[in-house]
Order: sequence, then structure tokens, then C-alpha cells
Amino acid sequence: MTATVSATGISKRYGNVHAVKDVSFALNAGETIALVGHNGAGKTTLIKLMLGLIRPTTGTLKMLGEDPAQGDFHVRQRLGYLPESVSFHMALTGRETLSFYARLKRVPLSSADALFERVGLAQEAADRPVRTYSKGMRQRLGLAQALLGEPRVLLLDEPTSGLDPALRRSFYDLIADLRSDGATVLLSSHALTELEDRADRVIIVNRGVKIADGTLDELRRIARLPTRIGIRFAEDHGPEWPSGETGWKRTPTGTFETEVAPEDKIPLLHRMTVQPAKLADLTVIEPTLDDLYAHFLTGQACK
Amino acid sequence: MTNILIIARKEIQEGLRNRWVLATTLLLAALSLTLSFLGSAPTGNVGVNQLDVVIVSLSSLTIFLLPLIALLLSHDAIVGESERGTMLLLLSYPIGRGEVIFGKFLGHLAILAFATLIGFGASAVALTLTGTDITGESWLAFLSMLGSSVLLGAVFLAIGYLTSTLARERSTAGGIAIGIWLFFVLIYDMALLGGLVAAQGRAVPALLLDLLLVANPTDAYRLLNLGSGNAGALSGMGGVAANSRLSTPVMIVALFLWTIVPLGLASFFFSRREA
Repeated sequence: MTATVSATGISKRYGNVHAVKDVSFALNAGETIALVGHNGAGKTTLIKLMLGLIRPTTGTLKMLGEDPAQGDFHVRQRLGYLPESVSFHMALTGRETLSFYARLKRVPLSSADALFERVGLAQEAADRPVRTYSKGMRQRLGLAQALLGEPRVLLLDEPTSGLDPALRRSFYDLIADLRSDGATVLLSSHALTELEDRADRVIIVNRGVKIADGTLDELRRIARLPTRIGIRFAEDHGPEWPSGETGWKRTPTGTFETEVAPEDKIPLLHRMTVQPAKLADLTVIEPTLDDLYAHFLTGQACK
Repeated sequence: MTNILIIARKEIQEGLRNRWVLATTLLLAALSLTLSFLGSAPTGNVGVNQLDVVIVSLSSLTIFLLPLIALLLSHDAIVGESERGTMLLLLSYPIGRGEVIFGKFLGHLAILAFATLIGFGASAVALTLTGTDITGESWLAFLSMLGSSVLLGAVFLAIGYLTSTLARERSTAGGIAIGIWLFFVLIYDMALLGGLVAAQGRAVPALLLDLLLVANPTDAYRLLNLGSGNAGALSGMGGVAANSRLSTPVMIVALFLWTIVPLGLASFFFSRREA
């Protein structure tokens, strides 16, 4: 795999505030990466650094082999960016807006027109002033401008915030298309669940520091989060059985719950189901993405 | 260069769409037509060239109005886009920050020039149509008035851009713009007059007065248009101009500097700023 973006030890300081501290990563072609962190964790600063809008205080960053903050910004022609809560000039129509950005990127206007269909903006909407657009339509127009000129790298800052589920799904379908075309897609988000397993890789940042980097499966393995198992006994069988095991707790609703490490899960389930007649109900709750995210955040707070 | 033209074109497109172009052109045309027909009534029989009267009234009007329009257009240009969030996206495109400033300036200047030429030109056309006799000399003075009016507009556009680049909020930029307008258009001349009165007839060094006049772009404009020819006699500025060693080229250069320096500074500060 070829790296399209590579950062080595980049830091960004505003006065006394360390927005980004010693972050290194490489993003590859054909990869969808989720950049996850709380609001103010440094996601937008990282994206601005990748765009070359700001320069790192220390460290080097290469975007498609070049320094994005240097020279005639040629590299930006192959780069798409969707800012967080994108806004446009209200008086111009969608088509005028997209034509303006297409001219700046030296993209033929005909291919810009085709993008309206791709992002699902109706032709009649394209000729209305942006002022009349709904939030979802503005977001689509924002995505259309990011897709101008078939970019090799797409940086999307909280692209799905405020979109309804149907829009969100079509949005992720588009991103899947782009990935298969070999583009690097970086999605930033403040919650891991937003991503619904769409990303190949997750980078978690907190207070400007990268605290995790890997596929969701890898992160799950590293975190070793326990699975929660709950049981309820059938009426005519007393709760005598779990007493032999450790860690069982009785909940107010009369069920018993325990947490079990990933490798102990199957043996435990096996022992429990030896006498199926005793059990009225059995629930197995795998750790959610939110649990995983919380694990990495608290893990960093302990350090 | 292409990028500058792309930005300028979008700026003009927006000006047309949000009625800035229409509003300023109509305002200037209405005022200039009113001045040329109402204002010329008292001088009708004196045999003064009517276009000269128009030049005097129009340039007095321009000194107040064009800086105000220019500052209104420009004070929002940079800080407004930053605040609305459109600047961040624009800067992520393959375009230099200087190009953003110069492109926007060019677009706004085109809007202002269009409004001035059409608005003021309307009164010249109206005078010709009503059969007024106009000498070639007056035409020349009128054309130079048009040109220097656009130049005065450019000066205050550039000052507005500098304000817009340095201010952190739109409201701050607006306040500073109004302050600049008040200072150059009203306070400066009053202070100058007060200073001359306080000097109680003692001769003020000519060089100092020249410097003070060039240090205010509106005064340079006033001298340029009202200081010579028939307009000088009509406006009473001829006396000041006669005592001044400021020639027309010097004042034109002064106005150009007043445009280039603030615009250059705006571009410099904008390029250094991190967005």
C-alpha cells in the first residue's frame, strides 16, 4: 500500500495551548480512516495541518509527497475538503457555487454538473440560491465541492453530523465508492458509534495526543474489554448455581450478571448451558464501540 | 492571475445578486441628477459652464459618499467570510492568500467603478440631452473627476480591506470602518481648520500644509478636482491650491500610494495569519 499522507512527530502550539502533541501516522491509498476524539481533541487542527492551512510547530507532514503549506498549493488540486458545518455564499445558486470552486480547481464545468447527481441534489435545486437549502442539501453541496477533480485524498470533518439516517446511509455508500476508486478518505467524528463499522482503521485522539491507531478488531483485542453475560433462572429452580462461580452479581430485577474476559467467554457459556432447563433467559452483551472508545479515553486519563 | 479574476468575477456576481450594484448605481445617479438640475438653477443666468457646476457639486458629494460605500463594501470582505466559515473552505483550494485579497479588491473596485461611471455619467448625458453647451475643457475636467472618484473609492476599499484583515470580528471591523470614515471625511478637516485658526494668521509652513493635505486622501481628491480651472473659482479651493506646491501628478501618486500600501499590508497580514 502506498502512503498518501504521512505525519512524523507533528506538534502544533497556539501560545501555551498544545493543540496537537507529537502525532505520527500514515494514511494509505484506498483506505477509509476514522479520526475520533472529543470536541476540541485536536481533530480539526490535524485536518488543517494536512491541508496546509497552518504549519506544524515541530515535525514534518507530507501530503501526496509534498509539504501542503509550501509552494503554489498545487497539491491541493488533488485534495478534497469538507469543513465542519460547511457554509456557502447565500446569494449564489448551488450551480454557481460549484462552478466557482470548479474554476479554482481547474475542473471542467461539465464534470462539476455531473456531481449534483452523484451527491443526490436535484437539478432544480441546483439553480436555487443556497439560502433556501436545508442542512442536508448544504451538506450534499459541500460533499460535491469536495469531490471536484477526483481527489486522491478526502478530508471530511464531521461529515454526518446533523444528517438524518437515510442521508447518512447514502453518504456512506458514496464513501464506499470512493474507497474502491483508491482514494484515501479521512472521516472525523466525535463518537465512534457514528461510524457504524464503515472505517478500515480508527485513530483516536485526545487532548492533542494520538492514543490509539488500528482496525476496530485490533483495538478490541488491545482493549480486552469484558463481555457482559446475564442469566435468569426458571421459576422452579433456585439461584443456587451461580454461587459456585465468582463475580456474579444479583441485579434488582432478579437476574444475575457477570463480566468475562474474551478468552473465558466460551467455556463459561458452556458450563452454564449444561442444564438448559434451569435457565429462563440468557443474554450476551458484547462491548459496544462507545465502551471501546471510553476505554481508550479513560486509559489515557490514568497515565 | 486567473485565480484573481475568478475571485473578482464571483465578487461581482454576488454584488449583482444582493443588489449592491443596483443600489449604489441608483443612489449615485439619483443624487447626481438632482444636483445637476436643482443645483444649477441659481447659476443658470450667470453664464457659468454648467458642467463645471456639476463637477463642483458632484466631487463634494463624492468625498462623503464614495468612501462610505467603499468601506461598507470592504470592511466585511475578509472577517465576514472568516466568521461565516466560507474562508476556511476557500483557503483549502489551490489559491494564494494574496490572490484572495487582490481578487476581491478587483471585484469590489469593478462594482464601485460601474456605479460611479453610470451614476455620474447620467448627469453628463442629461445635460447634453437638454442642450447645454459644454466646452472641451469641461469635459476633460469631468472625466478626470470620474477617474479620481474611482481612485478615491479604491483608496477606501484598500483601507477597508486592511481593517477587515486585522479585525477579529465583523462588528469590530464595522466600528473601525465608521471611525475611519468620520476621521478622514469630517474630523481631519475640522482639526486642520481649527489648527489654522489657532495659529492666528501666522504663516503655516507651506511644506507642512502640503504634507497635511496629502496625508488625507479625501483632501488630495478635493485639491485634485476643486483646485484648478473653473471649478477652483467656483469652489473657493483655488486659493488653497494656488498656495500649495502640490501638482496634479503628486496628488495622483499620493492616491495610488494610499491604495497600494494598505492593500499590500492587508495581503501581508492575511498571509501571515493562521486560519
